[in-house]
Amino acid sequence: MDLKKLFKAMAVALPIMAISACSSTSDTETDASSSTSGSGSEQTSGGSVGTGVETGGVAPILTPAEQQRIKNQELRKEHIIYFDFDRSSVSAQFSEVLNAHGEYLVEHPNVRVMIEGHADERGTPEYNIALGERRAKAVSKYLQGMGVLPSQMSIVSYGEEKPLDISRTDDGFAKNRRAVLVY
Amino acid sequence: MKTLGKWFIVALMLVTAPVKAALDIVITEGVDAARPIAVIPFVWQGTGPVPSQISDVVMSDLTRSGTFKPVEELGLPQRDISSVDQFRSSQWSSIAAEAVVMGSVKPYGPDQYLVNFDLVDLVKAQMQSGSGPSSASEYLIDSRETVITAAQFRQYGHRISDIVYEKLTGIRGAFLTRIAYVVVNHGDKSPYKLMIADYDGYNEQMLLRSPEPLMSPSWSPDGRKLAYVSFENKKAEIFVQDIYTQSRSKITSFSGINGAPTFSPDGKKLAVTLSKDGQPEVYVVDIATKALKRVTNHYAIDTEASWAPDGQSLIFTSERGGRPQIYQVALASGKISRLTFEGEWNLGGSIAPDGRSMVFVNRTNGKFNIARMDLETRFMQVLTSTRLDESPSIAPNGTMVIYGTTYNGKQVLAAVSMDGRFKARLPAGQGEIKSPAWSPFL
Repeated sequence: MDLKKLFKAMAVALPIMAISACSSTSDTETDASSSTSGSGSEQTSGGSVGTGVETGGVAPILTPAEQQRIKNQELRKEHIIYFDFDRSSVSAQFSEVLNAHGEYLVEHPNVRVMIEGHADERGTPEYNIALGERRAKAVSKYLQGMGVLPSQMSIVSYGEEKPLDISRTDDGFAKNRRAVLVY
Repeated sequence: MKTLGKWFIVALMLVTAPVKAALDIVITEGVDAARPIAVIPFVWQGTGPVPSQISDVVMSDLTRSGTFKPVEELGLPQRDISSVDQFRSSQWSSIAAEAVVMGSVKPYGPDQYLVNFDLVDLVKAQMQSGSGPSSASEYLIDSRETVITAAQFRQYGHRISDIVYEKLTGIRGAFLTRIAYVVVNHGDKSPYKLMIADYDGYNEQMLLRSPEPLMSPSWSPDGRKLAYVSFENKKAEIFVQDIYTQSRSKITSFSGINGAPTFSPDGKKLAVTLSKDGQPEVYVVDIATKALKRVTNHYAIDTEASWAPDGQSLIFTSERGGRPQIYQVALASGKISRLTFEGEWNLGGSIAPDGRSMVFVNRTNGKFNIARMDLETRFMQVLTSTRLDESPSIAPNGTMVIYGTTYNGKQVLAAVSMDGRFKARLPAGQGEIKSPAWSPFL
């Protein structure tokens, strides 16, 4: 068991040693090039381009709050919430994504978001407009419940007029039943 | 063999069509039930090539009505006659058709043509041919003479079809009408187009093009204006546009839904759907004053209002019963009654011009098709078997419904007769075609 740990430690340590060895041998080259270009500090962090120099580093130790912020940043890249057929309730699998958007909007009360509601191509276009609006409103209510101000949000329903997928298969329909957060 | 013959007739008709229309109708069902009629190609009495063959328009119209089936031209005993005087009933004894249409076109002046046509009662002529010579005018049903310009050939062809159809069926023809529809080319910079064309797809014209969706065109009763929904300002707004002057006016632009506009029978009001007060509700807006009158008030979805022909009530789609169904509301009393109970969903209804039946989208076993219900007996009949049917619009004479459907993965327009026996498809050109609206009589 301890041996395993040792191997792990070596696996990290060996490349670092290799890099430091590498950088020490090319010191003279770095000096030479910096004397001509006059911007050696940029070169040293530039990896192996031209000089063969490489630097290593470790990730900073994050507080739980910082970790959550980074996770939220990733989650906010997801801005589409999908819905079941003829349904407008936000399903649990999208709560994480919506929470990320909600927290961001609460922290930034000057940021505004447009919530688009969409439907699949089944039913009539005007009924689907109503359905799309209900989906957009469900998302808006969810965010409002988190403390996002109504003035930060606006809603538009496009019904079945702007499909993501025009295959008109069950998969296509599922992609089209959605609410989209547009900043 | 019978089917082969049917396709031969259709194929022949398409081959002889002089101009390839943007929308060309393919009849998919119901030719067998149609009544045979003989249409003799109109005789050209000028020099040089004939400007346009009017009788082709008449033949196509009669075929597309689903009521008539023109007899194959090669089987006609007299193919070069233009008036009843030249008609020899003895030669027509073996032709199984109820009437003969014949006529002539001759130059009349610069860009002017004199068109004559005669409509002959063939059944009567055949009965009288055994009883010795008689005056040909005895079996003349109608005869007209008109001067037209080269640009009016198709239009006058439709006029002849209207006369023939009305004389033989007692129902006014709807051949001199237009359709409005939306064409979408996903991927274009400006993908949404509002179009109008003659009812048969000829003379297609663009009324509006937009980078954002256009929806729900609806004709004014005088056939001069269209109400529609446009998202050009990144929100739904209702506009009315004059199709001749191109002038547009914004009718409603409230927050939320501004949708489903339909003109009242007197043309002064629009029934619309607005969600400005929360849920989608039906309102009536006065076009001149913009004054609003709220018609429905329910926490469920209420939308897609359509007027009864007498203007006293609206039918609309509501989810108040849990699923979309069609309800009727009396405008004076506000009294609401449910009209549909069969199937899972019923929505997007409109009442036929005679006020006796209603056409709508029915969902049964997850399939969306066009259905008709007799308003008195409540008998419901599913008319179509195509896929994802929506947006039914009834011809002004109440004989045919045009609707949006999906064929080969694309949105196209299709037509079905009110009895469901005749079915036709209008093949798509570029893009998706949707939201058809049949004009009133023009």
